[in-house]
Amino acid sequence: MVKSAYSKEDILHLLKAIPDPEIPVVNIYEMGMLRDVLVTEDGCEVILTPTYTGCPAMGLIEQDIKMTLNNHHVPNVSVKMVHDPAWTTDWMTDVAKDKLKKYGIAPPLHSSCALDVFGHNIIQCPQCHSGDTVLLSRFGSTACKALYQCNSCREPFEYFKCH
Amino acid sequence: MTTEQALYKYCLRLGDNALIQSYRLSEWCSNAPILEEDLALTNFALDMIGRAQLLLTYAAAVEGMGKTDDDLAYRRGERQFMNTLITELPNGDFAYTMTRLFFTSVYEYYYFTELQNSADDTLKAIAAKTLKEVKYHKAHATDWMLRLGGGTEESNKRAQTAINALWIYTGELFETDRTEALLQDMNIAVDMPPVKAKWNTYVQEVLLEAGLSVPAVDYMQTGGRNGVHTENLGHILSEMQYLQRAYPDATW
Repeated sequence: MVKSAYSKEDILHLLKAIPDPEIPVVNIYEMGMLRDVLVTEDGCEVILTPTYTGCPAMGLIEQDIKMTLNNHHVPNVSVKMVHDPAWTTDWMTDVAKDKLKKYGIAPPLHSSCALDVFGHNIIQCPQCHSGDTVLLSRFGSTACKALYQCNSCREPFEYFKCH
Repeated sequence: MTTEQALYKYCLRLGDNALIQSYRLSEWCSNAPILEEDLALTNFALDMIGRAQLLLTYAAAVEGMGKTDDDLAYRRGERQFMNTLITELPNGDFAYTMTRLFFTSVYEYYYFTELQNSADDTLKAIAAKTLKEVKYHKAHATDWMLRLGGGTEESNKRAQTAINALWIYTGELFETDRTEALLQDMNIAVDMPPVKAKWNTYVQEVLLEAGLSVPAVDYMQTGGRNGVHTENLGHILSEMQYLQRAYPDATW
């Protein structure tokens, strides 16, 4: 058996090229889903934590990971789902939050705001940065988002809910 | 009964509750009164499908017969489903669906809060994850109870009719038998009396504020947790399991 020519850092680097299927502007590492890579004698194990329990993108992400690593000839790739600790939006990197904003999605507030899930948190418009926004729909196109509208520039936008 | 047998049944009861209510909620897809509610109800359904997957996968692992979550969802007969009856009842009108969600989400909120302290690591992790999602379900359903109760004469009447019809199905949520007793001794299962007390307090407070009343009925319906269902579950399964029954092992 040939020992893997890749280090943990090499593999992480390869995996950081995999976009989130629902929000392709951020990758799975920036989203905080990619938790760790364990390099073993004859392959590697990728540790993932799903965002929402019913997130339909997880199967696709697992496939993408295997395909990416197979394309780089990393042998014996396995993907392990770890649910503890539970994923939180606080794991999203600042880079990811910035990218979301530029993409037109208001990034999540700190998870402590979930104590009052539909409370009167001020969500800033990702377009004109006004704080004068209004909640249109508590649930959006994916489990992780809500719909808002800006009262200043009138643009509707999505907010990534804190979780 | 061995610990494994008890844990298997415990996971099925939790998993089937999620699976069957998810099925009912997803029937609202494209039929809700407004678009926002269409999104909300199907989002809840998705959360519950995810929860059912985790719990049925764990049940299969505990059983140790090499089955998957899909095997358990698609290849068990009606008498082998352990969901509470309230989850399988037809949707009725919007007030009926929302009242059911109110009763079950408040229950799940307190239930999973307790289950977070389980001695079983998998259940503990599932509980922590579920709780984050159930918070949203409970908040949404609570707002709707207040809105329906305090809305028009018609909305109040519909909400009260739903409460009256569903009330006899709430007792089953708090039942325990030797399955739970065995697991409680090992600090795996949730201790039910505190959950029931918190549920009662919360539900009564909200209904009072909404101008709705709690029915003065003591009789409670039972059976689902032991596989004795209303005629509705058979109809759900005949549709849900059709493909795997007609074309065994078909994959996507």
